[in-house]
Amino acid sequence: MFSQRHLLGIEGLSQSDITAILDLSETYVEQNRKTNKHLDVLTGLTQINMFFENSTRTQASFELAGKRLGADVMNMSMQASSIKKGETLIDTALTLNAMHPDLLVVRHPNSGAVNLLASKVNCSVLNAGDGRHEHPTQALLDALTIRRRKGRLHRLTIAICGDIAHSRVARSNIILLGKMENRIRLIAPPTLLPSGIDKLGVEVTGDMREGLKDVDVVMMLRLQRERMDGGFIPSEREYFHRFGLDDEKLAIANDDAIVMHPGPMNRGVEIDGLIADDINRSVIQEQVEMGVAVRMAAMDLLARNHKRWRVEEAMA
Amino acid sequence: MTILTNVRLIDPEAGTEMTGSLAIEDGRIAEVTERPLAGIDCGGMCLAPGIVDIGVKVCEPGERHKESFRSAGLAAAAGGVTTIVTRPDTDPVTDSPETLEFVRKRSADSLVHVLPMAALTKGRLGAEMSEIGFLLDAGAVAFTDCDSVVENTKVLTRAMSYAASLGALVIGHPQEPVLSKGACITSGAFAAKLGLPAVSPLAERMGLERDLALVEATGVKWHADQITCAAALPALERAREAGLDVTAGTSIHHLTLNLLDIDDYRTFFKLKPPLRHEEDRMAIVSALSDGLIDIISSMHTPQDEESKRLPFEAAASGAVALETLLPAALQLVHAGHLSLPRLWAALSLNPAKRLGLEAGRLSEGAPADLVLFNPDAPFVLDRADLRSKSKNTPYDLRRMTGKVQATWVAGHQVFGSSL
Repeated sequence: MFSQRHLLGIEGLSQSDITAILDLSETYVEQNRKTNKHLDVLTGLTQINMFFENSTRTQASFELAGKRLGADVMNMSMQASSIKKGETLIDTALTLNAMHPDLLVVRHPNSGAVNLLASKVNCSVLNAGDGRHEHPTQALLDALTIRRRKGRLHRLTIAICGDIAHSRVARSNIILLGKMENRIRLIAPPTLLPSGIDKLGVEVTGDMREGLKDVDVVMMLRLQRERMDGGFIPSEREYFHRFGLDDEKLAIANDDAIVMHPGPMNRGVEIDGLIADDINRSVIQEQVEMGVAVRMAAMDLLARNHKRWRVEEAMA
Repeated sequence: MTILTNVRLIDPEAGTEMTGSLAIEDGRIAEVTERPLAGIDCGGMCLAPGIVDIGVKVCEPGERHKESFRSAGLAAAAGGVTTIVTRPDTDPVTDSPETLEFVRKRSADSLVHVLPMAALTKGRLGAEMSEIGFLLDAGAVAFTDCDSVVENTKVLTRAMSYAASLGALVIGHPQEPVLSKGACITSGAFAAKLGLPAVSPLAERMGLERDLALVEATGVKWHADQITCAAALPALERAREAGLDVTAGTSIHHLTLNLLDIDDYRTFFKLKPPLRHEEDRMAIVSALSDGLIDIISSMHTPQDEESKRLPFEAAASGAVALETLLPAALQLVHAGHLSLPRLWAALSLNPAKRLGLEAGRLSEGAPADLVLFNPDAPFVLDRADLRSKSKNTPYDLRRMTGKVQATWVAGHQVFGSSL
């Protein structure tokens, strides 16, 4: 059960790996609601957060998760430091590796960069998002949110709407929800769909009204500001009209359908602000809460595996 | 006089292979016969004209640490390549008679023949045509901006018609430059999964269609460096039927690998154009056996470890191939796609004909540029063994079949133990 050394993506995880991570996350959800949130699961271990791309929310979530488990957490904002001096990714990794961290949490703007880094270090690496490739903890926290709200994580119809092409969140979710045997529908204008995505076991439509029929979960994606004008879509207002989630479109989905968004939101672009705040439909705040728990579970499991790897290596 | 006997003679011109003997005298082939002659018994190994490789990057001037004329010559000789036709994408660009002179002088270090190409536009920037006339006089055998496509169609038309008036050969890289900008993989499900910026094979077809329209308008002698996908083939076929002076090449990598080889972001498989789907690879193999594609090139592109040990998007593209061209190409023969003489037409005779060289033939009086090889000898490639200064081969640790035993350039043995 989840014996991997790194968490680089959902690809490579089995159904039982996913279930194991989610089950452990549940205990951390309870733990995080207590007054005393401190545990010593990672005491003595060093966690370094390397973010080569700006992030407030994800970095804070990982930092909090590590601190609650008792790890020594260091944040490194990589845009500011060594890469400006021309150091390569691998050299940076080797330098940090020499300081004996136990967990590296890495976000990088290039797809595959975290895999590359993981092959060069001997600590556990956790992918916090690489280019347009994967963002595994986001998919896991989404899965946990769905499982808690829907009571199961299989045989659901889930719509993922918006900028699929540039989204690592979408990719990880497609893989995870597919592995757990759900029906996945992608809704987006063709300019925001990568070609060939239809071959990954999903239904694809460009019509929100058609796509939201019989849906249990509506996952909205963030539309990046730089893609809003002219290049990929005609305008913000046309996008909102055709693909933004409002009351009228949400009414097409099942009555008990939940609304999700990985954040940060553009209110009035991809989602109506009122829906985002509707506590009966929107689980957006809950996603953030689940995020900390899922990251605690992932780091806990990686640390256990890491310990085992070390023993095995010492024996060999 | 050197006499090689008991050899399988691969004659791409006649399209035959037969056992016989061959005599070399004064740098030329003196005699070719089916009779056994008194000479060196080659034990039935294959003897073919040396490979003429259009589009080799030797990194002089500019990046001699990646490949020099000396190391490229050693690699070529070991790979059975007897003529390398060098690319002008050097630093500085080979775009003036002065830089060409430098290249010609430095090429004396090479064990094999070196024929330089020059840039079609100054600095390969696509703004002004280079001094095509002077460069021709200085020995440029063809004009190309390599993988930097001339975006401005007006500039390209002028350069092509100027080249046409001098009878110069222009080599194009068929690619729609805006569509392919920043892309590092062919679009489709695999690219979507890896999350890499992708380009559709249509970009190649569109680039080819534009270039062919200009070839028709200007009457220039034109060659496409690499045709790599099925979508581009109909346009090529139409150009042939219309009688345009057009030939097409492809790279050994696009004939033997597909994009799934990229696997977990392996940067040694990052090429330009990117590796294609298996259906495209098969279409190109058929086009080669049908004769629609004329020439196979190694597209030898040395890159040092630093430029490849990067995230896929940031890594440099290209692969070394001088030493692996022959065994990789033999895969096509072993798989039953091509006969040996047909393969050698694409490796040797056709490129020689396109450049107006005497090489590529196994007839009396032709230059004694020859390769002796065992087509069935198996080996596992270890990139550390390559003679190229750069070791960026996609075939590392692959099982390959076919070993070069000896190579002659103008009658002199430049590779192999003494026979």
